[in-house]
Amino acid sequence: MNSTALKWFGRSWMLLVYAFLFLPIFTLVAYSFNDSQLVTVWSHASLRWYKALMQDSDLIAAVMLSLKIAFLSALVSVFFGLFSAFALHRYRRFTGRGVLSSLASTPLVMPDVIVGLSLLLMLVSVQQALGYPERGLFTILLGHALLGTAYATVVVRSRLTEMDSKLEEAAMDLGCRPWQVFSLVTLPLLMPALLSAFLLTFTLSFDDVVLSSFLSGPGYSTMPMVIFSRARLGLNPSINALATVTIVVVTLVVIASTLYSLRQDRQRKRDIAQAQQE
Amino acid sequence: MASLMQSLKNSIPSWLTGRRLVIGLPYAWFLILAFLPVLIVLKISLSEMQTTAVSGMVSWQGTWPSIKLDVSSYLFLASDELYLATYLSSISYAFYTTLICLGLGYPFAYFMARAPKRWQALLVMLIMLPFWTSFLLRIYAWKTLLVNNGLINNALLALGWIDSPIEMLNTPFSLMIGMVYSYLPFMILPLYANLSKLDGRYLEAAADLGCHPFKTFWLITVPLSKAGIVAGCMLVFIPAVGEYVIPELLGGPNTLMIGRVLWDEFFSNNDWPMASAVTIVMLLLIMLPLAIYNKLQSKGHA
Repeated sequence: MNSTALKWFGRSWMLLVYAFLFLPIFTLVAYSFNDSQLVTVWSHASLRWYKALMQDSDLIAAVMLSLKIAFLSALVSVFFGLFSAFALHRYRRFTGRGVLSSLASTPLVMPDVIVGLSLLLMLVSVQQALGYPERGLFTILLGHALLGTAYATVVVRSRLTEMDSKLEEAAMDLGCRPWQVFSLVTLPLLMPALLSAFLLTFTLSFDDVVLSSFLSGPGYSTMPMVIFSRARLGLNPSINALATVTIVVVTLVVIASTLYSLRQDRQRKRDIAQAQQE
Repeated sequence: MASLMQSLKNSIPSWLTGRRLVIGLPYAWFLILAFLPVLIVLKISLSEMQTTAVSGMVSWQGTWPSIKLDVSSYLFLASDELYLATYLSSISYAFYTTLICLGLGYPFAYFMARAPKRWQALLVMLIMLPFWTSFLLRIYAWKTLLVNNGLINNALLALGWIDSPIEMLNTPFSLMIGMVYSYLPFMILPLYANLSKLDGRYLEAAADLGCHPFKTFWLITVPLSKAGIVAGCMLVFIPAVGEYVIPELLGGPNTLMIGRVLWDEFFSNNDWPMASAVTIVMLLLIMLPLAIYNKLQSKGHA
Protein backbone atom coordinates (compact mmCIF):
# COMPACT_ATOMS: atom_id res chain seq x y z
CA MET A 1 0.00 0.00 0.00
CA ASN A 2 1.53 3.34 -0.98
CA SER A 3 1.24 6.46 1.14
CA THR A 4 -1.70 8.07 -0.73
CA ALA A 5 -3.73 4.89 -0.44
CA LEU A 6 -2.87 4.73 3.27
CA LYS A 7 -3.96 8.32 3.71
CA TRP A 8 -7.32 7.66 2.10
CA PHE A 9 -7.74 4.46 4.05
CA GLY A 10 -7.09 6.46 7.24
CA ARG A 11 -9.55 9.16 6.30
CA SER A 12 -12.34 6.77 5.47
CA TRP A 13 -11.70 4.76 8.64
CA MET A 14 -12.00 7.92 10.74
CA LEU A 15 -15.08 9.06 8.86
CA LEU A 16 -16.80 5.71 9.44
CA VAL A 17 -16.03 5.76 13.18
CA TYR A 18 -17.31 9.34 13.48
CA ALA A 19 -20.45 8.35 11.58
CA PHE A 20 -20.94 5.45 13.99
CA LEU A 21 -20.52 7.79 16.99
CA PHE A 22 -22.85 10.49 15.68
CA LEU A 23 -25.54 8.41 13.95
CA PRO A 24 -27.69 7.91 17.09
CA ILE A 25 -27.49 11.60 17.96
CA PHE A 26 -28.69 12.66 14.52
CA THR A 27 -31.50 10.11 14.68
CA LEU A 28 -32.70 11.49 18.00
CA VAL A 29 -32.79 15.01 16.63
CA ALA A 30 -34.40 14.07 13.31
CA TYR A 31 -37.17 11.96 14.81
CA SER A 32 -38.01 14.58 17.43
CA PHE A 33 -39.57 16.61 14.60
CA ASN A 34 -41.56 13.65 13.32
CA ASP A 35 -45.32 13.93 13.67
CA SER A 36 -46.02 10.20 13.71
CA GLN A 37 -47.01 8.47 16.91
CA LEU A 38 -44.82 5.56 15.82
CA VAL A 39 -41.26 6.56 16.58
CA THR A 40 -39.85 4.75 13.58
CA VAL A 41 -42.25 5.86 10.83
CA TRP A 42 -41.72 9.26 9.28
CA SER A 43 -44.93 11.15 8.51
CA HIS A 44 -44.21 14.89 8.39
CA ALA A 45 -42.38 17.52 10.34
CA SER A 46 -44.04 19.02 13.40
CA LEU A 47 -43.35 20.33 16.87
CA ARG A 48 -45.94 18.01 18.35
CA TRP A 49 -43.54 16.25 20.72
CA TYR A 50 -42.11 19.50 21.99
CA LYS A 51 -45.64 20.53 22.99
CA ALA A 52 -46.14 17.14 24.64
CA LEU A 53 -42.84 17.61 26.44
CA MET A 54 -43.89 20.99 27.82
CA GLN A 55 -47.05 19.49 29.28
CA ASP A 56 -45.24 16.53 30.78
CA SER A 57 -45.11 17.68 34.38
CA ASP A 58 -43.52 14.45 35.69
CA LEU A 59 -40.63 14.80 33.31
CA ILE A 60 -40.21 18.53 33.97
CA ALA A 61 -40.11 17.96 37.73
CA ALA A 62 -37.49 15.27 37.15
CA VAL A 63 -35.41 17.62 35.00
CA MET A 64 -35.54 20.26 37.75
CA LEU A 65 -34.43 17.75 40.38
CA SER A 66 -31.62 16.55 38.13
CA LEU A 67 -30.42 20.10 37.49
CA LYS A 68 -30.37 20.81 41.21
CA ILE A 69 -28.48 17.63 42.06
CA ALA A 70 -26.05 18.09 39.16
CA PHE A 71 -25.24 21.66 40.21
CA LEU A 72 -24.65 20.75 43.86
CA SER A 73 -22.71 17.60 43.09
CA ALA A 74 -20.48 19.46 40.62
CA LEU A 75 -19.68 22.04 43.30
CA VAL A 76 -18.85 19.38 45.90
CA SER A 77 -16.87 17.33 43.35
CA VAL A 78 -14.73 20.26 42.27
CA PHE A 79 -14.08 21.18 45.92
CA PHE A 80 -12.88 17.72 46.98
CA GLY A 81 -11.26 17.09 43.60
CA LEU A 82 -9.18 20.22 44.03
CA PHE A 83 -8.02 19.03 47.45
CA SER A 84 -7.19 15.49 46.39
CA ALA A 85 -5.43 16.60 43.18
CA PHE A 86 -3.45 19.17 45.13
CA ALA A 87 -2.51 16.67 47.85
CA LEU A 88 -1.36 14.09 45.30
CA HIS A 89 0.53 16.64 43.23
CA ARG A 90 2.18 18.68 45.96
CA TYR A 91 3.02 16.10 48.60
CA ARG A 92 5.15 13.40 47.05
CA ARG A 93 5.71 11.42 50.22
CA PHE A 94 3.13 10.71 52.86
CA THR A 95 1.81 7.56 54.45
CA GLY A 96 -0.82 6.03 52.25
CA ARG A 97 -0.25 8.22 49.21
CA GLY A 98 -0.63 5.17 46.98
CA VAL A 99 -3.86 4.27 48.75
CA LEU A 100 -5.29 7.75 48.18
CA SER A 101 -4.25 7.65 44.54
CA SER A 102 -5.96 4.28 44.03
CA LEU A 103 -9.05 5.31 45.98
CA ALA A 104 -9.34 8.42 43.82
CA SER A 105 -9.01 6.60 40.52
CA THR A 106 -10.98 3.43 41.27
CA PRO A 107 -14.48 4.99 40.97
CA LEU A 108 -13.58 5.93 37.37
CA VAL A 109 -13.67 2.33 36.22
CA MET A 110 -15.69 0.60 38.93
CA PRO A 111 -19.01 -0.67 37.52
CA ASP A 112 -21.84 1.63 38.60
CA VAL A 113 -23.87 -1.18 40.09
CA ILE A 114 -21.08 -1.95 42.57
CA VAL A 115 -20.65 1.68 43.61
CA GLY A 116 -24.41 2.15 43.92
CA LEU A 117 -25.09 -0.99 45.91
CA SER A 118 -22.18 -0.58 48.31
CA LEU A 119 -22.89 3.09 48.96
CA LEU A 120 -26.56 2.35 49.59
CA LEU A 121 -25.82 -0.48 52.03
CA MET A 122 -23.47 1.80 53.94
CA LEU A 123 -25.98 4.64 54.07
CA VAL A 124 -28.67 2.22 55.28
CA SER A 125 -26.35 1.04 58.06
CA VAL A 126 -25.67 4.65 59.04
CA GLN A 127 -29.35 5.41 58.99
CA GLN A 128 -30.12 2.43 61.22
CA ALA A 129 -27.55 3.65 63.71
CA LEU A 130 -28.17 7.41 63.62
CA GLY A 131 -31.63 7.82 62.09
CA TYR A 132 -30.08 9.89 59.33
CA PRO A 133 -29.81 10.34 56.33
CA GLU A 134 -33.19 9.71 54.81
CA ARG A 135 -32.92 8.36 51.24
CA GLY A 136 -33.50 11.16 48.75
CA LEU A 137 -31.73 14.16 47.34
CA PHE A 138 -28.88 14.06 49.84
CA THR A 139 -28.01 10.41 49.29
CA ILE A 140 -28.11 10.76 45.48
CA LEU A 141 -25.91 13.81 45.85
CA LEU A 142 -23.33 11.84 47.85
CA GLY A 143 -23.12 9.14 45.19
CA HIS A 144 -22.75 11.61 42.34
CA ALA A 145 -20.20 13.64 44.29
CA LEU A 146 -18.09 10.53 44.94
CA LEU A 147 -17.96 9.73 41.22
CA GLY A 148 -17.50 13.39 40.34
CA THR A 149 -14.61 13.84 42.78
CA ALA A 150 -12.72 11.05 41.04
CA TYR A 151 -13.17 12.72 37.64
CA ALA A 152 -12.42 16.21 38.97
CA THR A 153 -9.21 14.86 40.52
CA VAL A 154 -8.01 13.61 37.13
CA VAL A 155 -8.81 16.90 35.38
CA VAL A 156 -7.24 19.15 38.03
CA ARG A 157 -4.25 16.86 38.52
CA SER A 158 -3.34 16.78 34.84
CA ARG A 159 -3.55 20.59 34.76
CA LEU A 160 -1.28 20.82 37.83
CA THR A 161 1.23 18.50 36.15
CA GLU A 162 1.51 20.61 33.02
CA MET A 163 1.48 23.89 34.95
CA ASP A 164 4.67 25.87 35.33
CA SER A 165 5.79 25.59 38.95
CA LYS A 166 8.18 28.53 38.46
CA LEU A 167 5.36 31.00 39.06
CA GLU A 168 4.57 29.44 42.44
CA GLU A 169 8.25 29.37 43.32
CA ALA A 170 8.60 33.02 42.35
CA ALA A 171 5.68 33.98 44.59
CA MET A 172 7.27 32.06 47.44
CA ASP A 173 10.61 33.78 46.85
CA LEU A 174 8.80 37.11 46.97
CA GLY A 175 7.60 36.25 50.46
CA CYS A 176 4.11 34.87 49.93
CA ARG A 177 2.79 32.55 52.61
CA PRO A 178 1.74 29.09 51.36
CA TRP A 179 -1.97 29.91 51.40
CA GLN A 180 -1.25 33.20 49.60
CA VAL A 181 0.66 31.34 46.90
CA PHE A 182 -2.31 29.03 46.58
CA SER A 183 -5.02 31.69 46.47
CA LEU A 184 -3.14 34.32 44.42
CA VAL A 185 -1.18 32.15 41.99
CA THR A 186 -2.24 28.50 41.87
CA LEU A 187 -6.00 28.97 42.04
CA PRO A 188 -6.27 31.57 39.23
CA LEU A 189 -4.06 29.38 37.02
CA LEU A 190 -6.30 26.41 37.77
CA MET A 191 -9.51 28.27 36.88
CA PRO A 192 -9.94 26.79 33.36
CA ALA A 193 -9.36 23.28 34.73
CA LEU A 194 -11.85 23.88 37.55
CA LEU A 195 -14.40 25.08 35.00
CA SER A 196 -14.00 22.03 32.80
CA ALA A 197 -14.10 19.78 35.88
CA PHE A 198 -17.34 21.49 36.89
CA LEU A 199 -18.90 20.94 33.45
CA LEU A 200 -17.74 17.34 33.32
CA THR A 201 -19.02 16.42 36.79
CA PHE A 202 -22.26 18.30 36.15
CA THR A 203 -22.80 16.22 33.01
CA LEU A 204 -21.92 12.98 34.79
CA SER A 205 -24.46 13.66 37.50
CA PHE A 206 -27.11 14.80 35.03
CA ASP A 207 -26.59 11.58 33.08
CA ASP A 208 -26.43 9.02 35.85
CA VAL A 209 -29.19 6.46 36.19
CA VAL A 210 -27.68 3.55 38.10
CA LEU A 211 -26.38 5.36 41.21
CA SER A 212 -29.57 7.42 41.41
CA SER A 213 -31.78 4.33 41.22
CA PHE A 214 -29.94 2.74 44.13
CA LEU A 215 -29.70 5.85 46.28
CA SER A 216 -33.01 7.57 45.65
CA GLY A 217 -36.01 7.38 47.93
CA PRO A 218 -39.74 7.67 47.25
CA GLY A 219 -40.65 10.91 45.50
CA TYR A 220 -37.16 11.53 44.17
CA SER A 221 -36.99 10.57 40.50
CA THR A 222 -34.22 12.15 38.47
CA MET A 223 -34.56 12.79 34.75
CA PRO A 224 -32.52 9.74 33.68
CA MET A 225 -34.58 7.55 36.03
CA VAL A 226 -37.80 8.69 34.33
CA ILE A 227 -36.30 8.27 30.84
CA PHE A 228 -34.98 4.83 31.75
CA SER A 229 -38.29 3.57 33.07
CA ARG A 230 -40.05 4.79 29.91
CA ALA A 231 -37.37 3.44 27.57
CA ARG A 232 -37.67 0.03 29.21
CA LEU A 233 -41.34 -0.07 28.32
CA GLY A 234 -40.79 0.91 24.70
CA LEU A 235 -40.18 3.90 22.49
CA ASN A 236 -41.57 7.30 23.35
CA PRO A 237 -41.31 10.29 20.97
CA SER A 238 -41.26 12.99 23.64
CA ILE A 239 -37.96 11.50 24.84
CA ASN A 240 -36.58 12.45 21.41
CA ALA A 241 -37.73 16.03 21.92
CA LEU A 242 -36.13 16.12 25.36
CA ALA A 243 -32.92 14.69 23.91
CA THR A 244 -32.82 17.38 21.24
CA VAL A 245 -33.27 20.13 23.81
CA THR A 246 -30.42 18.77 25.96
CA ILE A 247 -28.18 18.26 22.91
CA VAL A 248 -28.67 21.89 21.84
CA VAL A 249 -27.99 23.22 25.35
CA VAL A 250 -24.95 20.99 25.86
CA THR A 251 -23.48 21.88 22.45
CA LEU A 252 -23.84 25.59 23.17
CA VAL A 253 -22.21 25.24 26.59
CA VAL A 254 -19.35 23.14 25.21
CA ILE A 255 -18.70 25.62 22.40
CA ALA A 256 -18.86 28.58 24.80
CA SER A 257 -16.49 26.99 27.28
CA THR A 258 -14.06 25.99 24.52
CA LEU A 259 -14.04 29.55 23.22
CA TYR A 260 -13.59 30.86 26.76
CA SER A 261 -10.58 28.64 27.47
CA LEU A 262 -9.06 29.46 24.06
CA ARG A 263 -9.40 33.16 24.86
CA GLN A 264 -7.88 32.67 28.32
CA ASP A 265 -5.00 30.84 26.68
CA ARG A 266 -4.38 33.59 24.14
CA GLN A 267 -4.65 36.24 26.87
CA ARG A 268 -2.07 34.42 28.95
CA LYS A 269 0.30 34.12 26.01
CA ARG A 270 -0.11 37.86 25.29
CA ASP A 271 0.57 38.67 28.95
CA ILE A 272 3.69 36.53 28.92
CA ALA A 273 4.92 38.15 25.68
CA GLN A 274 4.28 41.59 27.11
CA ALA A 275 6.04 40.78 30.36
CA GLN A 276 9.02 39.54 28.42
CA GLN A 277 9.21 42.77 26.42
CA GLU A 278 9.18 44.96 29.52
CA MET B 1 -9.55 42.42 62.83
CA ALA B 2 -6.00 41.32 63.50
CA SER B 3 -6.93 40.10 66.95
CA LEU B 4 -9.88 38.22 65.47
CA MET B 5 -7.59 36.48 63.00
CA GLN B 6 -5.20 35.72 65.84
CA SER B 7 -7.90 34.20 68.01
CA LEU B 8 -9.19 32.23 65.04
CA LYS B 9 -5.70 30.93 64.50
CA ASN B 10 -5.35 30.00 68.15
CA SER B 11 -8.60 28.07 68.10
CA ILE B 12 -7.20 25.72 65.42
CA PRO B 13 -5.53 22.78 67.17
CA SER B 14 -1.79 22.70 66.67
CA TRP B 15 -1.73 19.28 64.98
CA LEU B 16 -3.99 20.58 62.21
CA THR B 17 -1.43 21.94 59.77
CA GLY B 18 -2.25 22.99 56.23
CA ARG B 19 -0.57 19.89 54.88
CA ARG B 20 -2.58 17.59 57.12
CA LEU B 21 -5.79 19.33 56.15
CA VAL B 22 -5.07 19.15 52.41
CA ILE B 23 -4.26 15.45 52.62
CA GLY B 24 -6.76 14.51 55.30
CA LEU B 25 -9.87 15.99 53.73
CA PRO B 26 -9.89 14.03 50.44
CA TYR B 27 -8.57 10.99 52.29
CA ALA B 28 -11.49 10.95 54.68
CA TRP B 29 -13.90 11.59 51.80
CA PHE B 30 -12.74 8.61 49.75
CA LEU B 31 -12.27 6.30 52.74
CA ILE B 32 -15.81 6.90 53.91
CA LEU B 33 -17.52 6.87 50.52
CA ALA B 34 -15.42 4.41 48.53
CA PHE B 35 -13.69 2.06 50.95
CA LEU B 36 -15.99 1.70 53.94
CA PRO B 37 -19.00 0.73 51.74
CA VAL B 38 -17.06 -2.24 50.33
CA LEU B 39 -16.38 -3.48 53.86
CA ILE B 40 -20.07 -3.19 54.64
CA VAL B 41 -20.98 -5.14 51.50
CA LEU B 42 -18.52 -7.82 52.59
CA LYS B 43 -20.14 -7.88 56.02
CA ILE B 44 -23.67 -8.14 54.63
CA SER B 45 -22.67 -10.85 52.17
CA LEU B 46 -21.71 -12.90 55.21
CA SER B 47 -24.95 -12.36 57.06
CA GLU B 48 -28.18 -14.23 56.67
CA MET B 49 -31.36 -12.75 55.31
CA GLN B 50 -34.28 -12.58 57.65
CA THR B 51 -37.82 -11.78 56.62
CA THR B 52 -37.61 -8.08 57.37
CA ALA B 53 -33.99 -7.12 57.71
CA VAL B 54 -30.46 -8.33 57.46
CA SER B 55 -29.44 -9.89 60.72
CA GLY B 56 -26.49 -8.32 62.40
CA MET B 57 -23.29 -10.24 62.07
CA VAL B 58 -21.94 -8.76 65.24
CA SER B 59 -24.10 -9.05 68.32
CA TRP B 60 -22.99 -7.52 71.59
CA GLN B 61 -22.97 -9.87 74.50
CA GLY B 62 -21.79 -7.97 77.52
CA THR B 63 -18.69 -6.11 76.44
CA TRP B 64 -17.45 -8.56 73.80
CA PRO B 65 -18.89 -8.76 70.32
CA SER B 66 -19.73 -12.21 69.11
CA ILE B 67 -19.25 -12.72 65.40
CA LYS B 68 -21.03 -15.27 63.33
CA LEU B 69 -20.31 -15.79 59.70
CA ASP B 70 -22.92 -17.08 57.34
CA VAL B 71 -21.52 -18.26 54.04
CA SER B 72 -24.83 -19.56 52.73
CA SER B 73 -25.00 -16.85 50.03
CA TYR B 74 -21.63 -17.91 48.67
CA LEU B 75 -22.52 -21.58 48.83
CA PHE B 76 -25.68 -20.86 46.87
CA LEU B 77 -23.68 -18.80 44.38
CA ALA B 78 -21.26 -21.67 43.86
CA SER B 79 -23.93 -24.35 43.60
CA ASP B 80 -26.22 -22.60 41.12
CA GLU B 81 -24.97 -23.00 37.58
CA LEU B 82 -26.85 -19.95 36.37
CA TYR B 83 -24.57 -17.64 38.35
CA LEU B 84 -21.45 -19.25 36.97
CA ALA B 85 -22.85 -19.03 33.43
CA THR B 86 -23.70 -15.36 33.99
CA TYR B 87 -20.23 -14.48 35.26
CA LEU B 88 -18.66 -16.27 32.30
CA SER B 89 -20.94 -14.60 29.78
CA SER B 90 -20.34 -11.14 31.35
CA ILE B 91 -16.63 -11.67 31.04
CA SER B 92 -16.89 -12.84 27.46
CA TYR B 93 -19.12 -9.90 26.45
CA ALA B 94 -16.67 -7.53 28.12
CA PHE B 95 -13.76 -9.29 26.43
CA TYR B 96 -15.28 -9.06 22.94
CA THR B 97 -16.25 -5.44 23.56
CA THR B 98 -12.64 -4.67 24.48
CA LEU B 99 -11.32 -6.54 21.46
CA ILE B 100 -13.64 -4.80 18.97
CA CYS B 101 -12.99 -1.39 20.56
CA LEU B 102 -9.26 -2.00 20.22
CA GLY B 103 -9.64 -3.12 16.59
CA LEU B 104 -11.69 -0.05 15.68
CA GLY B 105 -9.94 2.38 17.99
CA TYR B 106 -6.29 1.62 17.37
CA PRO B 107 -6.25 2.53 13.66
CA PHE B 108 -8.44 5.50 14.48
CA ALA B 109 -6.11 6.81 17.19
CA TYR B 110 -3.13 6.09 14.94
CA PHE B 111 -4.49 8.15 12.04
CA MET B 112 -5.69 10.84 14.45
CA ALA B 113 -2.18 11.19 15.89
CA ARG B 114 -0.76 11.49 12.37
CA ALA B 115 -3.32 14.06 11.19
CA PRO B 116 -2.10 17.66 10.71
CA LYS B 117 -1.46 19.24 14.13
CA ARG B 118 -3.98 22.05 13.64
CA TRP B 119 -6.79 19.53 13.11
CA GLN B 120 -6.04 17.36 16.12
CA ALA B 121 -7.76 19.50 18.76
CA LEU B 122 -10.94 19.47 16.68
CA LEU B 123 -10.72 15.70 16.09
CA VAL B 124 -10.38 15.09 19.83
CA MET B 125 -13.31 17.39 20.56
CA LEU B 126 -15.44 15.45 18.08
CA ILE B 127 -14.68 12.24 19.99
CA MET B 128 -15.64 13.89 23.27
CA LEU B 129 -18.77 15.57 21.91
CA PRO B 130 -21.08 12.50 21.95
CA PHE B 131 -19.85 11.90 25.50
CA TRP B 132 -21.47 15.18 26.58
CA THR B 133 -24.85 13.99 25.31
CA SER B 134 -26.67 11.73 27.73
CA PHE B 135 -25.41 8.18 27.47
CA LEU B 136 -28.89 6.90 28.25
CA LEU B 137 -30.41 8.86 25.37
CA ARG B 138 -27.79 7.60 22.94
CA ILE B 139 -28.47 3.99 23.94
CA TYR B 140 -32.16 4.72 23.58
CA ALA B 141 -31.46 6.06 20.07
CA TRP B 142 -29.93 2.71 19.12
CA LYS B 143 -33.24 1.13 20.06
CA THR B 144 -34.96 3.31 17.45
CA LEU B 145 -32.30 2.42 14.89
CA LEU B 146 -32.22 -1.33 15.43
CA VAL B 147 -35.92 -2.11 15.89
CA ASN B 148 -37.62 -4.21 13.18
CA ASN B 149 -39.23 -1.24 11.40
CA GLY B 150 -36.31 1.02 12.31
CA LEU B 151 -34.01 3.09 10.16
CA ILE B 152 -31.39 0.40 9.53
CA ASN B 153 -33.84 -2.33 8.53
CA ASN B 154 -35.78 0.13 6.35
CA ALA B 155 -32.60 1.25 4.63
CA LEU B 156 -31.53 -2.34 3.98
CA LEU B 157 -35.00 -3.19 2.66
CA ALA B 158 -35.04 -0.13 0.39
CA LEU B 159 -31.65 -1.09 -1.00
CA GLY B 160 -33.00 -4.53 -1.71
CA TRP B 161 -30.25 -6.22 0.26
CA ILE B 162 -32.73 -8.05 2.45
CA ASP B 163 -36.29 -9.25 1.85
CA SER B 164 -37.61 -9.12 5.37
CA PRO B 165 -36.42 -7.17 8.42
CA ILE B 166 -33.58 -8.73 10.38
CA GLU B 167 -34.27 -9.29 14.05
CA MET B 168 -31.54 -7.11 15.56
CA LEU B 169 -32.94 -5.55 18.72
CA ASN B 170 -32.75 -7.55 21.96
CA THR B 171 -30.11 -9.91 20.61
CA PRO B 172 -26.44 -10.32 21.48
CA PHE B 173 -25.76 -8.30 18.31
CA SER B 174 -27.58 -5.19 19.55
CA LEU B 175 -25.94 -5.60 22.95
CA MET B 176 -22.50 -5.62 21.35
CA ILE B 177 -23.35 -2.57 19.21
CA GLY B 178 -24.38 -0.67 22.33
CA MET B 179 -21.34 -1.75 24.34
CA VAL B 180 -18.82 -0.96 21.59
CA TYR B 181 -20.57 2.32 20.89
CA SER B 182 -20.47 3.44 24.53
CA TYR B 183 -16.93 2.37 25.33
CA LEU B 184 -15.13 3.22 22.09
CA PRO B 185 -14.15 6.78 23.20
CA PHE B 186 -12.59 5.32 26.37
CA MET B 187 -10.36 3.22 24.13
CA ILE B 188 -9.53 5.95 21.61
CA LEU B 189 -8.54 8.72 24.04
CA PRO B 190 -5.75 6.95 25.99
CA LEU B 191 -4.46 5.41 22.74
CA TYR B 192 -4.36 8.81 21.09
CA ALA B 193 -2.67 10.38 24.14
CA ASN B 194 -0.01 7.72 23.88
CA LEU B 195 0.44 7.65 20.09
CA SER B 196 0.60 11.42 19.75
CA LYS B 197 3.68 11.43 21.98
CA LEU B 198 5.43 8.78 19.88
CA ASP B 199 8.87 9.99 18.82
CA GLY B 200 8.82 10.19 15.03
CA ARG B 201 12.59 9.70 14.88
CA TYR B 202 12.23 5.98 15.64
CA LEU B 203 10.00 5.61 12.59
CA GLU B 204 12.39 7.62 10.42
CA ALA B 205 15.32 5.53 11.62
CA ALA B 206 13.43 2.35 10.75
CA ALA B 207 12.57 3.72 7.30
CA ASP B 208 16.17 4.79 6.72
CA LEU B 209 17.33 1.31 7.56
CA GLY B 210 15.00 -0.01 4.90
CA CYS B 211 12.25 -1.36 7.12
CA HIS B 212 8.91 -1.87 5.41
CA PRO B 213 6.19 0.44 6.83
CA PHE B 214 4.09 -2.55 7.97
CA LYS B 215 7.05 -4.07 9.73
CA THR B 216 7.85 -0.69 11.32
CA PHE B 217 4.28 -0.52 12.57
CA TRP B 218 4.39 -3.97 14.19
CA LEU B 219 7.94 -3.77 15.47
CA ILE B 220 8.07 -0.16 16.67
CA THR B 221 4.74 1.65 16.88
CA VAL B 222 2.73 -1.12 18.53
CA PRO B 223 5.30 -2.06 21.20
CA LEU B 224 5.90 1.62 22.05
CA SER B 225 2.17 2.19 22.54
CA LYS B 226 1.78 -0.75 24.90
CA ALA B 227 0.95 1.49 27.87
CA GLY B 228 -1.85 3.14 25.90
CA ILE B 229 -3.23 -0.21 24.77
CA VAL B 230 -3.29 -1.58 28.31
CA ALA B 231 -4.86 1.62 29.72
CA GLY B 232 -7.56 1.65 27.03
CA CYS B 233 -8.34 -2.04 27.49
CA MET B 234 -8.70 -1.70 31.26
CA LEU B 235 -10.88 1.41 30.90
CA VAL B 236 -13.21 -0.59 28.66
CA PHE B 237 -13.07 -4.05 30.19
CA ILE B 238 -13.59 -3.27 33.90
CA PRO B 239 -16.80 -1.22 33.66
CA ALA B 240 -18.08 -3.42 30.81
CA VAL B 241 -18.09 -6.50 33.06
CA GLY B 242 -20.63 -4.90 35.40
CA GLU B 243 -22.66 -3.01 32.79
CA TYR B 244 -26.36 -2.83 33.58
CA VAL B 245 -28.09 -0.18 31.46
CA ILE B 246 -27.00 -1.41 28.01
CA PRO B 247 -28.03 -5.07 28.47
CA GLU B 248 -31.27 -3.91 30.05
CA LEU B 249 -32.20 -1.67 27.09
CA LEU B 250 -30.58 -3.45 24.14
CA GLY B 251 -29.97 -7.01 25.27
CA GLY B 252 -32.66 -9.65 25.10
CA PRO B 253 -34.02 -11.69 27.98
CA ASN B 254 -31.36 -14.30 27.24
CA THR B 255 -28.31 -12.04 27.35
CA LEU B 256 -26.87 -12.85 30.73
CA MET B 257 -24.96 -10.06 32.41
CA ILE B 258 -23.96 -10.04 36.06
CA GLY B 259 -24.98 -6.39 36.54
CA ARG B 260 -28.55 -7.37 35.75
CA VAL B 261 -28.47 -10.30 38.18
CA LEU B 262 -27.19 -8.02 40.93
CA TRP B 263 -29.93 -5.49 40.17
CA ASP B 264 -32.66 -8.15 40.24
CA GLU B 265 -31.39 -9.76 43.45
CA PHE B 266 -31.50 -6.38 45.07
CA PHE B 267 -34.59 -4.71 43.64
CA SER B 268 -36.85 -7.66 42.76
CA ASN B 269 -35.86 -10.33 45.27
CA ASN B 270 -34.83 -7.92 48.02
CA ASP B 271 -32.10 -10.39 48.89
CA TRP B 272 -29.38 -8.13 50.21
CA PRO B 273 -26.90 -10.81 51.30
CA MET B 274 -27.16 -12.48 47.88
CA ALA B 275 -26.73 -9.16 46.04
CA SER B 276 -23.71 -8.46 48.26
CA ALA B 277 -22.18 -11.87 47.58
CA VAL B 278 -22.66 -11.34 43.81
CA THR B 279 -20.91 -7.97 44.22
CA ILE B 280 -17.98 -9.38 46.17
CA VAL B 281 -17.37 -12.11 43.60
CA MET B 282 -17.57 -9.51 40.80
CA LEU B 283 -15.03 -7.39 42.69
CA LEU B 284 -12.70 -10.37 42.95
CA LEU B 285 -13.02 -10.93 39.20
CA ILE B 286 -12.02 -7.38 38.33
CA MET B 287 -9.35 -7.19 41.04
CA LEU B 288 -6.46 -8.07 38.72
CA PRO B 289 -7.39 -5.69 35.87
CA LEU B 290 -8.06 -3.04 38.51
CA ALA B 291 -4.61 -3.48 40.02
CA ILE B 292 -3.01 -3.16 36.56
CA TYR B 293 -5.05 -0.04 35.90
CA ASN B 294 -4.17 1.57 39.23
CA LYS B 295 -0.49 0.84 38.68
CA LEU B 296 -0.63 2.53 35.28
CA GLN B 297 -2.46 5.51 36.76
CA SER B 298 0.16 6.13 39.41
CA LYS B 299 2.98 5.59 36.90
CA GLY B 300 1.46 8.10 34.51
CA HIS B 301 1.65 10.82 37.14
CA ALA B 302 4.96 9.94 38.70
